[in-house]
Amino acid sequence: MAVATEQEILDGLAEIIDEIVGIDKSEVTPEKNFIDDLDIDSLSMVEIAVAAQDKFGVEIPDDELRNLKTVKDVINFVQNLQK
Amino acid sequence: MSDKTTVVVTGLGATTPLGGDVPSTWSALLAGKSGVRKLDWDILDQIPVKFAAQLAVDPAEIMPRAQLRRLDRNQAIALIAAREAWTHAGFAPPAKKGRKAADEEAPAPEGDTVDGDRLGVVISSGIGGLHTALNSYDDWRDKGWKRVSPFTVPMLMPNGASGHVGIEFGAMAGSHALVSACASSAEAVGYAIDMIRAGRADVVICGGTESCIHPLQMASFGSMRAMSTRNDEPERASRPYDKNRDGFVLGEGAAVMILESEEHARARGARIHAIAAGCGYSGDAYDIVLPEPSGSGQAKAMRRALVDAGLKPEDIVHVNAHATSTPAGDIAELNSIKAALGEEQAKKITVTGTKSMTGHLLGGAGALESVITILTLREGLVPPTANLEDLDDEVDLDIVRGEPRRLPDGPLAALNNSFGFGGHNVSVAFRRAV
Repeated sequence: MAVATEQEILDGLAEIIDEIVGIDKSEVTPEKNFIDDLDIDSLSMVEIAVAAQDKFGVEIPDDELRNLKTVKDVINFVQNLQK
Repeated sequence: MSDKTTVVVTGLGATTPLGGDVPSTWSALLAGKSGVRKLDWDILDQIPVKFAAQLAVDPAEIMPRAQLRRLDRNQAIALIAAREAWTHAGFAPPAKKGRKAADEEAPAPEGDTVDGDRLGVVISSGIGGLHTALNSYDDWRDKGWKRVSPFTVPMLMPNGASGHVGIEFGAMAGSHALVSACASSAEAVGYAIDMIRAGRADVVICGGTESCIHPLQMASFGSMRAMSTRNDEPERASRPYDKNRDGFVLGEGAAVMILESEEHARARGARIHAIAAGCGYSGDAYDIVLPEPSGSGQAKAMRRALVDAGLKPEDIVHVNAHATSTPAGDIAELNSIKAALGEEQAKKITVTGTKSMTGHLLGGAGALESVITILTLREGLVPPTANLEDLDDEVDLDIVRGEPRRLPDGPLAALNNSFGFGGHNVSVAFRRAV
């Protein structure tokens, strides 16, 4: 797929998070920590990661998933792989 | 009477094929309505049974989508029934957990509170998350391993509903899920009574849930030749004690009661709907699916319920029978009732088979029929056995049919029978609160 902009990744991620854990899209902003700010548990993060892989066409290994603590971390990770 | 702690019922909740709550279910029962409907799934063309008693209100109408994603349907409906029972008992809704709790400065909700260490939960399911197990396998096969939800295990385990209810209401005295097929949630009531008597809890949320109306389950029961195949008139298929009954009808639903020590209930001024007087159990030790033909195991369970409840056969005015509408089972149970109460007393009581309207909720049946038995005593009205047009010649007890039957005033008691594959016989005794 074409390289996504930061905004496109943010929007896509917000859609996934809304679908999987029911958090309003407006609450998903780059500085938010998944666990501390959005109250997303580790099993839900696995689901979100799988959905994000499908949406953005990138592979997120389990080892990497542990390091993706904020929304911005995911945006950076996806952008780096798409370059 | 005995020196046992008196256990009372202070809250009722249910979501059933007849209604999304207790009041709507109860009025449909009194009106003799059927919750059984034709199913339009193409795959059912291959099997002899094409109908079931699905929920009247789908959980998706009540629960947010994201919450439903991680609950099997049996767990979602257990939560819905538990919430109704909790509020009905006069307890305050549980505080919100997690991130949002700190943000909101909402006033404390109205209602009584319970010490979490004195609150238990016993919610049973006979089958557990069948939909989840099968759907997750389909996801793997069709979309790849990574699509197997990480919530598959907590969604398919039969104790999942008990776990979720315990989490929602903060039940820390113990969380249990007894599994004994169609007797599962009658055992849940019995276990809850024992938890309170043993001093392990003051309040117990107990009940049962089942949601397995899936083609595989229907094919499996169908292959046992256990289900009705009255496809031309599904709403009349479940007809206990009728000459033309031909098997049970699969139903889904959940029912939950709040049981409480009388002392705890009186201290907070709660309304007492009935006394959960006791429970009797037996094992047939005979066959994995067939009931022991003489019915001696069933009779033992009823007699033991009387002993446990400190009741005499003459105290019993009514039995909510297991009565699944199978040719052999319905009559065998009536013989067991006669053996348990004595022939003379058995002929004085009323018997009803409410699965004629709700279908058979399997692991949810004992709890739903306990709720119905409690309402029967409280309201003094026995719901009729629906679809009973041509009484079986072998029936010699007083089966309520047509219109509801009024019970006499005074301190009455009733039994609710549940029997499960595996030879599990359970009878729960309730007394009217006076």
